[in-house]
Amino acid sequence: MMEVTVSNVTKEFARFPALNDVSLDIRSGELIALLGPSGSGKTTLLRLIAGLDQPTNGKILFGGEDASHKSVQERNIGFVFQHYALFRHMTVAENIAFGLNVRPSSTRPPKNEIRKRVAELLEMVHLSGLEKRYPNQLSGGQRQRVALARAMAIEPRVLLLDEPFGALDAKVRKELRKWLREFHDRTGHTTVFVTHDQEEALELADRVVVMSQGKIEQVGSADDVYDKPGSPFVHRFIGEASELPVRVENGEVWLDDRTVGLKADGAAEGPSSLFFRPHDIEFLSGCGGCFDGVVVGSRRLAGARRLELELGGSQYRVEVDVPVDHPAALRSQINFRPKHWQLFPRSA
Amino acid sequence: MTSTTASTRWRLKEPSIIPGFGLTLGFSLAYLGLIILIPLAGLIFRASSLSASEFLSILTDERTLAALKISFGTALIAALINVVFGVLICWVLVRYDFPGRRLIDAMVDLPFALPTAVAGIALSALYAPKGWIGAWFTPFDIRIAYTPIGITIALIFIGLPFVVRTVQPVMEEIDREVEEAAATLGANRFQTVFKVLLPSLLPAIMTGFALAFARGVGEYGSVVFIAGNIPYVSEIAPLLIVIRLEEFNYAGATAIATIMLVISFAMLLIINLIQSWSRGRYGHG
Repeated sequence: MMEVTVSNVTKEFARFPALNDVSLDIRSGELIALLGPSGSGKTTLLRLIAGLDQPTNGKILFGGEDASHKSVQERNIGFVFQHYALFRHMTVAENIAFGLNVRPSSTRPPKNEIRKRVAELLEMVHLSGLEKRYPNQLSGGQRQRVALARAMAIEPRVLLLDEPFGALDAKVRKELRKWLREFHDRTGHTTVFVTHDQEEALELADRVVVMSQGKIEQVGSADDVYDKPGSPFVHRFIGEASELPVRVENGEVWLDDRTVGLKADGAAEGPSSLFFRPHDIEFLSGCGGCFDGVVVGSRRLAGARRLELELGGSQYRVEVDVPVDHPAALRSQINFRPKHWQLFPRSA
Repeated sequence: MTSTTASTRWRLKEPSIIPGFGLTLGFSLAYLGLIILIPLAGLIFRASSLSASEFLSILTDERTLAALKISFGTALIAALINVVFGVLICWVLVRYDFPGRRLIDAMVDLPFALPTAVAGIALSALYAPKGWIGAWFTPFDIRIAYTPIGITIALIFIGLPFVVRTVQPVMEEIDREVEEAAATLGANRFQTVFKVLLPSLLPAIMTGFALAFARGVGEYGSVVFIAGNIPYVSEIAPLLIVIRLEEFNYAGATAIATIMLVISFAMLLIINLIQSWSRGRYGHG
């Protein structure tokens, strides 16, 4: 059990900033996701915590103790790579035992104890009976579980996973996701994982750290980042977003020259961006203060139909979801109002 | 769960969308027969004109035995030395970027391109008792040229590119993440190199060793100049073959050639078997 503190960390690669003054508190026993598009700095942050790279500025603390100048070997972390990084000339059992076998003889457990520990770990990752196989005789999902068992063998203080399911197909990914959650609940390790898959982050993590362009945009529970996105980026990146350029005037939201029936108490006056979820809307008949759109496109989603609407005399386009049996035809009119929405100030 | 492929291993390759399997296989077999098998068959045919006892007496002739021992012994030592330093050179070329790296990379190929006689003459001039390098050893009564040490040095020169060029591409493909994984598991640099990196290079190193060794056994041009060719001391088997030919003793020459062929073939076969075993185990080579 170990909390990790990232304090004002900056990382530059050849003068190009990959992380810009990032601070983050990771609580003991927490399962936390670093989520962001590629190039957002999430893997860089993970590698800095691991000690695989050194920060240009700032500190990383393990349980209050400055670890910035400790080597990877001294940090005692478990790291799982996207492409498994298994030792292909070693059997599954040898891979898992590696971290114990390389210890100096004073701290190395005796041989039979290592064997017992390997057997326990294999059982934990549901791979008992495969100890004599070589990595290339395993499927991707099995390899990743071997990698996890290998990382756990050294009893790490923190478990770090870099896109652990990124190279697997969708079905295996779903299974492993569920399995990792159970695994974490059972072992209680402080776990940080990197992903670009928002679904994975929301489903799996206690808290999600949304990153963009080397900065943390928002830290919060799945509910927080989905229902109360802290920035336009978070709203666009997590879940579906429809976006309209509006104006706040006298505590009301205006689209061009008409109000749309949304109260904007407390929002800053002036040009704003209105964000809402395509599925989180109500339909109205007749429009005395709502959005009035014309259907210009329609696509079938799994459980709904997504309509593309033109608003304000073809100036704007938004997407809304309707039930599959909704009678909306092309060029027909639809009146709606978002049930939940968010306003972010926009520079004119 | 994938089933083991062992049961289907010996089946002919399934026809693929690329046409011409029959044609290309036929051509390959005919070509290999023409280039390799027919000359070798001729050699064995010639040798078979000897009776078993004649063959045996040539074989057990002390001069023949000494020459075979020198040829295989020096080739073995040279190949082993080349493995150590060849891998080291690969490491430097693959892992570090420094001014002149490309030049050094190109220099490794020189022994391929240089006429072996030129190399032999240059080496014997250097290592002769009065040569630039040989002179340094004369006070200690160490002679390099005209001894098996000189032969070994010539074979090291000839064999180096075989090791470097076989190991280098495999080393380039080693994933950095594997090293990082070893580090996160607590392995120090030494353990990472000797427990993780080198074992995964082993099949390539063995191929390089086999090539350098085979080349060393057959090498003639560069060796004859530095060897001094003293019977029983520094006379290599290929030279002994030439000597027998010059004596018009064709049967004697082919007998020595045949025995060299058999030993070389057996050694390469063993190395290949070890390789295919390791390839089957971890799916690369």
